[in-house]
Amino acid sequence: MMRNTILLFGIIATFVIAMFGLTILPKMFIDDAVKEPTYFTPFEVTEGHRIFVREGCIYCHSKQVRPEGFGADFERGWGRASVATDYRNLLPHNLGTMRTGPDLANIGARQPGRDWHYLNLYQPRAINEHSIMPPFPWLFEVVGEEARPGRDGLSLPEQYRVPGSKVLPTDEARYLVTYLISLDQQIAGVD
Amino acid sequence: MRTNLTKEKRKPVDPGSNQPNTLSVSELDRKARFVVMFLILSGMFWLLFGTLLALVASLKMHLPDWLGTAGWLTFGRVRPLHLNTMVYGWASLTGAGVALWMLSRLLKVPVMLRGYIIVAGAVWNIALLVGSVQILAGHSRGIEWLEFPVSTMVVIVLCVIIMSASVVMMLKIRKVKQLYVSVWYLIAAFLWFPLLGLVSSLPIFDTPTVQASMNWWYAHNALGLWFTPVGLAAAYYFIPKVLGRPIYSYGLSLLGFWGLALFYNWNGFHHLIGGPVPTWFVTISISASVMMVIPVVVVAVNHHMTVVGSFRAVINSPTLRFVVFAAMSYTFVSLQGAAQALRSTNEVIHFTHFVVAHAHIGMYAFVTMMLFGACYYIIPRITMREWHSKGLIKWHFWLTALGIVIYTVALQGIGVFQGFAMINPDVPFTDTVTMTIPYLVARSVSGFLMTAGHLIFVWLVFRMVYRPGEQPATPLVWNKIREEFAS
Repeated sequence: MMRNTILLFGIIATFVIAMFGLTILPKMFIDDAVKEPTYFTPFEVTEGHRIFVREGCIYCHSKQVRPEGFGADFERGWGRASVATDYRNLLPHNLGTMRTGPDLANIGARQPGRDWHYLNLYQPRAINEHSIMPPFPWLFEVVGEEARPGRDGLSLPEQYRVPGSKVLPTDEARYLVTYLISLDQQIAGVD
Repeated sequence: MRTNLTKEKRKPVDPGSNQPNTLSVSELDRKARFVVMFLILSGMFWLLFGTLLALVASLKMHLPDWLGTAGWLTFGRVRPLHLNTMVYGWASLTGAGVALWMLSRLLKVPVMLRGYIIVAGAVWNIALLVGSVQILAGHSRGIEWLEFPVSTMVVIVLCVIIMSASVVMMLKIRKVKQLYVSVWYLIAAFLWFPLLGLVSSLPIFDTPTVQASMNWWYAHNALGLWFTPVGLAAAYYFIPKVLGRPIYSYGLSLLGFWGLALFYNWNGFHHLIGGPVPTWFVTISISASVMMVIPVVVVAVNHHMTVVGSFRAVINSPTLRFVVFAAMSYTFVSLQGAAQALRSTNEVIHFTHFVVAHAHIGMYAFVTMMLFGACYYIIPRITMREWHSKGLIKWHFWLTALGIVIYTVALQGIGVFQGFAMINPDVPFTDTVTMTIPYLVARSVSGFLMTAGHLIFVWLVFRMVYRPGEQPATPLVWNKIREEFAS
């Protein structure tokens, strides 16, 4: 009987101690540094982050920069090493585990132009023919050439153009791109 | 109960001896029939669904414009759903069925709370269905391994708790004195998994980096504290059972179990090497990952020494083929995992396809193959029917085994090159993508092989469950001499 008590106690104890060590302890160390009552994220960025999560961007793009000397992140211009305070209030976290595509922690500094992002989201192969990124045409609307006067459609290469129509980003595409451009690892404290 | 136990203490105890009121094995199996088959068949449905998602995701990696206009089929939704259906559908449901059956046999009592477990299983299936629709509709929780919305996760945890209650009841009324090593693993699994699920659903992890910590603590432990114990319990059960000889060493079993409990729990942070968490947290996990070598080698030696001298039986028994393949994969994937956790290796292979393949050796070559092997043993015994075709079982084994080997060689091979290219700033990033494409195609081919294997498996089980006629007279083995004896 004694032996079985040890078994049950051991099963629970090993679990609880490690749970404390790997979840509660980090919380005690990190939370205070990160939680700022005055920290404000604009609506467009919050919405863009939501769409980033919805479309599962994180399964191919990490959003964490490794320190200089560990990997080539710095040399590739992906920014300085990420620290806990770079991530403040946008949940879920987007650290990621995969780099089928490049890291995005610093994408706003590398590609500050909105049009580049629109084109890349609508048809990645219009920018890089070797890209294997999925297209996201549902973030765009295809309208007649005369519709919405004053708004220019995306400047697509010939093979992706539909004659007599133009491609316009929807609100969702605008939010997503605002979020992506906000990702800038040159300065501290931007989520 | 208590007086009984104290009396028995004075007598020498034979753990296997039949005591009065003990049900015969066939009676235990008859009682377990409906609940275990329900869980296994539910799991098989999710296996097929998850396989379909896997194929779509794999093809999309090299055919990015295929189905490119359907938002609900985009890679970023199909891939997480593939993981979630395989993990919480196939491996968890079938694993739970196999675990309950083993406990019934090992404790010599019928599965308890059978009616409740069937209701729980049905609710679990509905939760998976709802969760699947949610992920495809874009309502993923967005945390790897926890993409199902919290509501789905909580329902699944409650269903597991009902099974855990059944396990505790079986333990209380058990008809054996000593607990076999498989029982330790299964008790631990049924305590650890609901706890993991509950903690992961708590709303206290409300800053991104802390959530990432919880994320990898959970994800690594879901494999290490739920699927691994169930898989190892099956290996410890079926290897001696089919060979008809005891496990090599009790002491090694003990060391293997406590080693796993002590070290696996702490492994999670090796997923965050180089990430924005304090370095000393990561170092703890790296040490624990390397310490995992002890329980892994101990278990491998224990299994190897049990099998040694009986390798013919491994080839001849459908169950043992799968189980031994799975047990060897466990050793391989765990040692690989310990090596991967080192900073120098991690610098190269982190963020590459190498890790994707590593995860598949764990969940497929180990867990899934182990469950296949268990099914080949359990289903004939609880349905009282025999498998219909030796040839098809062989096909199932070779298609799935070859499939996962091609998968591993292709992705881990190119993963290393991809990693070295990625840490070399002179190589343009696009080259790290283009170099992988032939190997991503090879992965899709291996996916089709495994799919064919799964279809054969489902067909064999379907024939067994729905066609009671045309029974082979004897159990199937691939051994001429034994066949002649049997006929």
